[in-house]
Amino acid sequence: MSLILDKINYVYSEGTAYQIQALKDVNLEIRDGQFIGVIGHTGSGKSTLIQHLNGLVKATSGTIYFNGQDIYDEDFDLRELRNRVGLVFQYPEHQLFETTIFDDVSFGPKNQGLSKEEAGLRAFEALRSVGLPEELYYQSPFDLSGGQKRRVAIAGVLAMKPEVLILDEPTAGLDPAGRDEILDLVARMHKEKGITVILVSHSMEDVAKYVERIIVMNHGQVMFDNTPCEVFKHYKELEQIGLAAPQVTYLMHELKEKGLNVNTEATTVAEARESLLEVLLGREPNHRGSNLEEENLC
Amino acid sequence: MGIIKAKQLVHEYIRRDEEGNVESIQTALDHIDLDVQPGQFIAILGHNGSGKSTLAKHINALLAPTEGSLWVDGKDVTQEENILPVRKTAGMVFQNPDNQIIASVVEEDVGFGPENIGVPTDEIWQRVEESLKSVGMLQYRHHSPNKLSGGQKQRVAIAGVMAMEPKCIVLDEPTAMLDPNGRKEVLHAAHELNQKKGVTILLITHYMEEVVDADYVYVMDKGHVVMQGTPREIFSQVGTLKEHGLDVPQITLLADLLRQSGLDIPLGVLTREELVDAIMKIAG
Repeated sequence: MSLILDKINYVYSEGTAYQIQALKDVNLEIRDGQFIGVIGHTGSGKSTLIQHLNGLVKATSGTIYFNGQDIYDEDFDLRELRNRVGLVFQYPEHQLFETTIFDDVSFGPKNQGLSKEEAGLRAFEALRSVGLPEELYYQSPFDLSGGQKRRVAIAGVLAMKPEVLILDEPTAGLDPAGRDEILDLVARMHKEKGITVILVSHSMEDVAKYVERIIVMNHGQVMFDNTPCEVFKHYKELEQIGLAAPQVTYLMHELKEKGLNVNTEATTVAEARESLLEVLLGREPNHRGSNLEEENLC
Repeated sequence: MGIIKAKQLVHEYIRRDEEGNVESIQTALDHIDLDVQPGQFIAILGHNGSGKSTLAKHINALLAPTEGSLWVDGKDVTQEENILPVRKTAGMVFQNPDNQIIASVVEEDVGFGPENIGVPTDEIWQRVEESLKSVGMLQYRHHSPNKLSGGQKQRVAIAGVMAMEPKCIVLDEPTAMLDPNGRKEVLHAAHELNQKKGVTILLITHYMEEVVDADYVYVMDKGHVVMQGTPREIFSQVGTLKEHGLDVPQITLLADLLRQSGLDIPLGVLTREELVDAIMKIAG
């Protein structure tokens, strides 16, 4: 199971005065089971990119291969692709429409052609996995809090059992508790079910904490594509394109400049703490706080 | 008396069924006391559902207190005749920039408010220019708002409020839907208005990074004010903040963890510079 993008170009409003090239020669391979972060400032092409991945927008030129098959082939089943690559849009709670939460979540699987019973089972499973209390299942989705609504919307996509889950800024507008709730849920899906996750985010701290690979978009092109520590080494270039490295990365660089031999590759609080304790107290590198075990280490 | 003063303010949302019988009562504000002095930059922190926005809507007389009192610039908001003056004193900026812009040209949007209250034409243009300048958007005055970025739109919305010449602006999560650059722009504009024009600012947010430069911080949870103090006092209580569903900035969190590991680092570190200094002092 993999997605390969080969020389993808996409032009909005071609031939008019508003012509904009949103993607320029994008080559990517998305392998099974990866947890990928896509970052880039507003207008860099992130959202256009992910909408290509399930065939919602068709590239102006270039090819996308899903399991080796060209998705732009005439006999390729795009419906099947959309069943397997689930896309959660920005502010997905705006798309809730049914009278009960349960109906809303089972709409997707029903639309896939599953029987009512099967769709219902899928909805139960999805709602349980996003941790929504059972007594709410038959209430209106519009009475929920922002974070809960968003979890219901994500459940609606999970109920379709996608192999690849793409989320476009899933934490925008949520408070810290809501943000952790959503990101922990996504991380759990990735870990337990082996779902490939592509997370579009503005928060470098979140990306550094969760993902194993970062794709940096700039002016429609892939600028960097590497592990978080490698990408954040380029923090000066990231700044020039309106992004920033996590705060702790800056701290470590400043300390290094002052002559302290700390690990400048640290991108999370856990990594920074470990390196600082090692340098300042001479502690062994493996000594780590128990509440931070979930974070990626370089 | 301060420009905004709340005394034992209570607000209950009452849900009724079709026959008008009370189905449920939710207390969104539970005996709030607040005293904001003119010219202050105040931050109100809290997670979703903590009552921050309900409080904000009282300051603008969009909601009336169930119990208790609230004075804005000395005027009791519960008095019918005070509603318009209160709205002129306290302007409001909401979360979603797209819901707040109505005209098809930036300067017309900013001029809508003053026109609505019968300001003479010459003065409207003067106010439009002045307020666009104060948020750094003057060069966009002839642009269409829908071609602007989120941060720019939000600054136009702030200019629209500024054109009403309020003494106080309430910003209700103005940056929640913006990217990091947009967030910086809006915060910068708010601080400029506060420092250069002396406008009292109430910033409602759940981004802790945004309150570091505030004069005073209130933390709300379940309709109560649970913590209040300077940013440094608030940020020195990492554990308590977490209990209230809030996060501290990475730097403050790291400083706190290092201090727990036995390093001599002061409480409530807010900036990178402070932490660098503290660490260099230890390193000798």
